[in-house]
Amino acid sequence: MSVILKTEKLHVAFTSREFRQSTKIALKSLDLEVNTGEVFGFLGPNGAGKTTTINVLLGFVPPTSGMASLFGIDVRQPIARQRIGYLPEMTYYYKFLTAEELLRFYAKIFGLSRTEADSRIDRLLKLVELESARKRPIKSYSKGMQQRVGLAQALINDPDLLILDEPTSGLDPLGRMKVREIIQRLKNEGKTVFFSSHELGEVETVCDRVAIVHQGELKAAGRVSDLIAQHHANLEKAFLDIVGYPSPSAS
Amino acid sequence: MNTILALSGVVIKEMYRRKDFYVLFVLTALITIAAGAVNFFHDPKIVRYVKDICMLLIWVSALLVAIVTTARQIPAERESRTIFPLLAKPVTRWQVIVGKFLGCWLATGLALLVFYVFFAIITGSREQHWPWLTYLQALWLQWVMIAVVIALSLCVSIFSAAPSSTTTICFITVAGILMVGGHLNTVALRQSQPLQNIFYTIYFLIPHLEWFDIRDRVVYDWGLVDWLDCLLASVYAAVYAGLFLLLAWLGFRRKSLNT
Repeated sequence: MSVILKTEKLHVAFTSREFRQSTKIALKSLDLEVNTGEVFGFLGPNGAGKTTTINVLLGFVPPTSGMASLFGIDVRQPIARQRIGYLPEMTYYYKFLTAEELLRFYAKIFGLSRTEADSRIDRLLKLVELESARKRPIKSYSKGMQQRVGLAQALINDPDLLILDEPTSGLDPLGRMKVREIIQRLKNEGKTVFFSSHELGEVETVCDRVAIVHQGELKAAGRVSDLIAQHHANLEKAFLDIVGYPSPSAS
Repeated sequence: MNTILALSGVVIKEMYRRKDFYVLFVLTALITIAAGAVNFFHDPKIVRYVKDICMLLIWVSALLVAIVTTARQIPAERESRTIFPLLAKPVTRWQVIVGKFLGCWLATGLALLVFYVFFAIITGSREQHWPWLTYLQALWLQWVMIAVVIALSLCVSIFSAAPSSTTTICFITVAGILMVGGHLNTVALRQSQPLQNIFYTIYFLIPHLEWFDIRDRVVYDWGLVDWLDCLLASVYAAVYAGLFLLLAWLGFRRKSLNT
């Protein structure tokens, strides 16, 4: 199994422009490794540094020190992003475009031929169940539909690695189930999925391994079953133990 | 190049699906037709006033379309967060800047073409005279001037807080250059030091957009501008547009994007 995503002693600090504001450390010496074909859950409370890690991996934020690579290529090189798909937490796609036009636009960026783009657009719209709405402008879509069109755009280049930032955030139970099904299907196809989430039940269901970060530091990493066994509880309790909150049953 | 063309295609789609251009075109058409319908003092040369009004409206409308469309591009990408899935693809920030510039320039070019066709039909129907080459030259020079304005707006939009402030800054700058830019050297002559040097520096630094304004030649049928001058003006505009795009890229490259 080869390493597809790697961070080594990754450190990110944000310097505030406000007078007398101290530097905020978002990530402290983070070491992560994600292997080919696994579904990797990236967990942590709000402000733990999950989104910052994803921002570094995608080249939005430069690391202060340390390194991050995708497929062995430094994330600062745009070519590192050729084989990845990314779904941001909540995005409002170009509302004047239809789903079909949006996917065609992203297909053009990847240099797909017309016929290849057509077949992928058909397949993806079917996968995310937006076939009937493909000609409608995105501005008329519900939140769940927008998230599904987002998932389709993340898959347009048939990526080997999918990075999902809280993919089920703001979705109703049906929408969550659909996204979970898609992740499961991608896993069966041998894709690597790296996703951050607050939904621990969901993570427990679909993830092979997880990493838990808190205040910018890696607190735990390993197989879900191992973490559960180690803490003699479910993932939620294990998570609360690791981040240092008293679990509800203890209080 | 695929990426740049794809990005510019989205900008063009946005322009023709929004109502800004249609509103401006209908207003220009209505004012021109209304002005052309009246015949003051049975003056046979009244068509010149119609041409003058129509050309002024075309200039104002083109600047409006160019600045307003450009000013919202990058801020809208950040506000709606579409910049994140875009930059998560193998797209460089330079490609985003160039793609947006090209899209805005082509979109404004299309709008200008519609305006000029309307102008040619209206004036031709009154004068029975069709100086196509003069119109073509006026259209081309205005379009290359617009390239500088779009690059400037894109550059300002990277550094300014909101599209509205970009629009205001760019309108004031462009209007200032068009109205007084060409007279700054004369003003400088009348000043004492250090004001004289300041005025001269501004005079030599600003892009002289007024050089591209050949409305009088169109209105009074003064004939064509020398083609070599046209070429030199195009190179001059390309240099300024390139400089503003470079500045925009330098600013955008350093911008930290936090989701």
